[in-house]
Amino acid sequence: MPLFRNIASMIALLPMIVISLTVFVGCIIYSFVYSLTNSKLIPVFNYIGFDQYERLFKQRKWDVAVENIFIYGFVFTIGCLIIGFLLAVLIDQKIRGESLFRTIFLYPYAMSFVVTGLVWKWVLNPTFGLENSMHMWGFAWFELDWLVNRDLAIYAVCIAAVWQGAGFVMVLMLAGLRGIDEDIWKSLSIEGVAKWKSYIFVILPMLRPMVVTAVVLIAAGVVKVYDLILTLTSGGPGYATTTPALYVMENFFKRADLGQAFAASIIMFISVVCILAPWAFYEFYLRNKYAAN
Amino acid sequence: MKAIPSGRRPKHLTIGRIGMYCFILVCAIFFLMPLYVMVITSLKDMDEIRAANILNLPKELSFYSWPKAWSTACTGFVCEGLKPGFFNSIKITVPSVIVSVGLSAINGYALAFWRFRGAYFFFGLCMFGAFIPYQVMVYPLLKIEDALGIYSTLPGIILVHTIFGMPILTLIFRNFYASLPIDLFKAARIDGGNFIKIFFYVIIPMSAPITIVAVILQVTGIWNDFLLGLVFAGRDNQPMTVQLNNIVQVDYGVAEYNVDMSATILTSLVPLFVYFISGRWFVRGIAAGAIKG
Repeated sequence: MPLFRNIASMIALLPMIVISLTVFVGCIIYSFVYSLTNSKLIPVFNYIGFDQYERLFKQRKWDVAVENIFIYGFVFTIGCLIIGFLLAVLIDQKIRGESLFRTIFLYPYAMSFVVTGLVWKWVLNPTFGLENSMHMWGFAWFELDWLVNRDLAIYAVCIAAVWQGAGFVMVLMLAGLRGIDEDIWKSLSIEGVAKWKSYIFVILPMLRPMVVTAVVLIAAGVVKVYDLILTLTSGGPGYATTTPALYVMENFFKRADLGQAFAASIIMFISVVCILAPWAFYEFYLRNKYAAN
Repeated sequence: MKAIPSGRRPKHLTIGRIGMYCFILVCAIFFLMPLYVMVITSLKDMDEIRAANILNLPKELSFYSWPKAWSTACTGFVCEGLKPGFFNSIKITVPSVIVSVGLSAINGYALAFWRFRGAYFFFGLCMFGAFIPYQVMVYPLLKIEDALGIYSTLPGIILVHTIFGMPILTLIFRNFYASLPIDLFKAARIDGGNFIKIFFYVIIPMSAPITIVAVILQVTGIWNDFLLGLVFAGRDNQPMTVQLNNIVQVDYGVAEYNVDMSATILTSLVPLFVYFISGRWFVRGIAAGAIKG
């Protein structure tokens, strides 16, 4: 890498620097400072310590939101990884119509969360949706009332999300599978290792970078989930499917409880940092260290 | 991404392969079902929707829901359909894509070839911004835009999309430029090229592939955005996703599911069109966005 000192480059990067400092860093500082106040409709600096956080952790609604984000994060991440990996492996078997299948599995990824939410809301509609279809086909016992069931509604969100995101994991994994050396396959077949065993015990560990990337990207998206839930369940029934993102937005724009919204958003931010820090530490610090040795 | 065959040669049909095809078909049905339901629901009239199975093909085609979704469906008090939203989305997407891709290309170029002390520190900060949940930044950013006098305006929403698109786009441009032969750059330097000249005469002509990837990424991303459009675009510039949600979630009157589904399809047409015509490039965009430098 050449190191030409150049003023033009600094000028060119000025927008990036200004945006990074004012928006990315500045907004977090701003949110943190005002989370220590009792601001309601407008931000006023009226210091009350960590009361907003105390209040937040006492809210039943916040507990539900946190619980939901864990369920959603777990089911969605695992679901996408398993289905995405399976599909990638199957497509890698030189099947007929490979590109057709790939197109089918990936097209939902081009759709917005709003569209995903609205479509699944209709498919899972308790009166006219799939439940009704099954009844008409004579399966009277069939129940699919997830959207109106407090305990199951969050899983409906997970299904819609997996439908939308599994293709993305498939693409990443497929890229990894296609990059695997032909010789490895040859030696595995000479050893007589069963194909499913080779995939799980040999190939999957080799795809580790792909898996890690997929998990980090999915996990970072999990915390943000907003549009999908808003359109699919609006956080309901009651507040059974509310999430931290919904909680924050509600307190900002509906309940005019700014201090509380800032506190909740700071907690969201801290949880993202907790997810990313170990990965970033590994990627950018440990790897460079070992590379240097 | 070239499809390099890997694994053993395909065998003739065995029980295992039949099972595999069955599984892949079931998956394909799961992935296609919502699209199928969306299309056939939009072609039924309301009586048939209430009476018949959601999965049945329409007995007679009715097309009235399409023009209604486009130009007369009601969002709150206004009954103009999705049409204004469509044009608003175009007004938002086109300049946002141009500005964000242009700016990020310059950023990537400066970072790859004209590094100065501290440049990578700010680049790291910028990348960190890609993972901060929007909810943490929405309110402070709203205050910033308000102070600048562009909150709830077209320039306001364009600025927001530029800010949030910048980290990932800068990363993919930087990675692309870093992979170019450095001798080319050195030769251009010896020939007396400066920052601007080299960018226009050497770098831009070579940037076509990565620019296509970036444009696809941004067009689908911005078209599918909901949250930012909701908060920053203002009443007069509401994007299509926001209007779609307003049409579907009207609280009063009889729900017209066929109109809702037509509206949903109309909203996803642009990203689907991009996906189907760009195919390979779309996949490349995913991979480029996922691979970190």
